[in-house]
Amino acid sequence: MTLIADTVSLKRGGQTLIADLSFACDPGKALILRGPNGVGKSTLLRALCGFVPLESGSVRLGDVSLEDQDLWLSQIAYAGHLDALKPQLTVRENVTFWAGLFGGRAEDAIEAFNLGEIANRPVFTCSAGQKRRTGLARLALSKDRPLWLLDEPTVSLDTATVARVAAFLRGHLAAGGYALIATHIDLGLQADVVELERAERSIANEEDPFLSEGFA
Amino acid sequence: MSSARALVARELTLALRAGSGAALGLAFFLIVVMLIPFGVGPSTGTLRLVAPGVLWIAALLATLLSLDRMVAQDAEDGTLDILAMSPMPLEGLMALKIFAHWLTTGLPLVIIAPVLGLTLNLAPSAYLWLVISLAIGTPALSALGGIGACLTVGVRRGGLLLSILVLPLFIPTLIFGAQTVARASQGFDPTAAVLLLAATTLLSLAAAPFAAAAALRVHLS
Repeated sequence: MTLIADTVSLKRGGQTLIADLSFACDPGKALILRGPNGVGKSTLLRALCGFVPLESGSVRLGDVSLEDQDLWLSQIAYAGHLDALKPQLTVRENVTFWAGLFGGRAEDAIEAFNLGEIANRPVFTCSAGQKRRTGLARLALSKDRPLWLLDEPTVSLDTATVARVAAFLRGHLAAGGYALIATHIDLGLQADVVELERAERSIANEEDPFLSEGFA
Repeated sequence: MSSARALVARELTLALRAGSGAALGLAFFLIVVMLIPFGVGPSTGTLRLVAPGVLWIAALLATLLSLDRMVAQDAEDGTLDILAMSPMPLEGLMALKIFAHWLTTGLPLVIIAPVLGLTLNLAPSAYLWLVISLAIGTPALSALGGIGACLTVGVRRGGLLLSILVLPLFIPTLIFGAQTVARASQGFDPTAAVLLLAATTLLSLAAAPFAAAAALRVHLS
């Protein structure tokens, strides 16, 4: 099973953002999206969630096409810029809600992302990094979903937590998962890099020596 | 099933926790009805005459006030994106959200209305029908409101647009609801009005989850 994007074009606000982008991703390997701000990394990830319609092209994961919205959505987990947390609820209540919705055990997610000490604090008292950590904890409940789409997952995280997230992602990839990650930092993952460029764009899809040597 | 329970439990917790919507609608309902005797004068005859309409209009506006919380906050903090990915279909999601909205907004109005009927000198024969008509009619307000909330979810500060969209849809419920109470207070048989009210509610409840989910899909894509 391979994730294949074939000549994908995207528009935002009537302007072509991404033209004829193609890439493929094998299980066990992450795909890192790189490019300057505003080049369309987030839009691409949202398009792969089915939230932004493709102008042209197709995306498939094995037999499942992005067109089959319901089936596709059951294959993916998405962590965007927003952490999808309710400030009035505690960290544990937030995670428990997602566990109730997606299945999985809330306590496992709390442990996987080291949320134990802040579990009983309302989210509005948490720092940006703690919120992000809580938001990412949802991934621990999405282990049965093969394709993870992560938009700058490490923003405002400290180095220890970044390492923890990277280790968690490696676990997901080792289990045969897929991950598309828009990030500018080195997560030390087995990864291919897709460089997005402005306007008339070119596509690079090669092994990144910097990444594969990483700190892992 | 557990996902449905998790969603309703979360909606209730959010509505009841400080800084959230449930108390607002109820307080608005109380204030409007309490102010009426000061506005129209203390004449018991006049109050009795206007009581059914005033109670229903106040309930309607109180519901309207709480609608923008139904999905707008979820859209702002990114929860809606994740909810769309959950195994629960958007139709089910909206049906549960409408149900939770009614529990936290409509139901308190139904319970408090008889007390407020007293302050408006409502005819004794009308109390039962006031409760019945609100119990039957307020779910329609939540359901129709859910459609409006989903249609305006992408609009910042969409409260005005929401009101303009939703108020016309509320009119049949208002007419039949207020007529039920008015007829009962005049000593007539309110059955016809209450049946039409129930029909309006059933139609709204049947259509709303699908209409609201369709509107959400447009917003998400």
